Amino acid sequence: MASKVTPRVRMPATAKAGEIIEVKTLISHEMESGQRKDAAGKLIPRHIINKFTATFNGQEILSADWHPAISANPYQSFPVRATETGTFVFTWFDDDGSVYKSEHKVEVS
Amino acid sequence: MPKIRALNEPRSRREILGGTIAALALVAVPGGQLLASTAEVDELIQKLAGGKKVQDGRITLDLPSIAENGLVVPLNFSVESPMTADDYVKSVHFFADGNPNPQLADYTFTPLAPKASAQLRIRLAKTQNISAVAVMSNGDVYATKKEVKVTIGGCGG
Repeated sequence: MASKVTPRVRMPATAKAGEIIEVKTLISHEMESGQRKDAAGKLIPRHIINKFTATFNGQEILSADWHPAISANPYQSFPVRATETGTFVFTWFDDDGSVYKSEHKVEVS
Repeated sequence: MPKIRALNEPRSRREILGGTIAALALVAVPGGQLLASTAEVDELIQKLAGGKKVQDGRITLDLPSIAENGLVVPLNFSVESPMTADDYVKSVHFFADGNPNPQLADYTFTPLAPKASAQLRIRLAKTQNISAVAVMSNGDVYATKKEVKVTIGGCGG
């Protein structure tokens, strides 16, 4: 694809045990729906991120299957709970087989 | 019969306006695509319910009543649940009855999630109803629906 896909994640680096913290994610991606036509009237092939997952210390918190109706540069935010010091991993799966990962360590006091 | 004119002849205001409106119309309805229907969405919900009664309540679906730009419509949701190992929200599904593809997104939660809630942004082709369906860990199914008026369509535009 033309532009570089970069995941961005915003979340606190520290938390109190059991505290609910908000994760905000944004990934730059054209999310070509497969429904648009180019100037010549030909359908532009679908190219989207079809899955997003969030794990904490290897255990899944949530996952999302995305369809072509998800906006370009998909934004996703959700609450998580920090029970112990550990690592959150967010993963995006592209139609073209690419996998984009973002890891975030949270210190729990 | 249309007027024949030189390439460099200035265009009238009306011609320019007409051209702009035609271009906007193309964005709103891309190539006369087949759109989903309420019946199709109902069928998808029934499939999720698997014979169980679809109940009201529990889901908070936050969408703008009027979306000026169908390309980016914020969708916030949350489903009431204690989120414990034996009582949690298993999945939440979103459908649109006026998009080329009725499926928007499907979320799967585990009891590790403190709340079954998230914020995302979707594309809507035209004014239509958005349905949210939540499947609980015990198999109970809840659903809700909200209409969003779309001023400029977002499917493919």
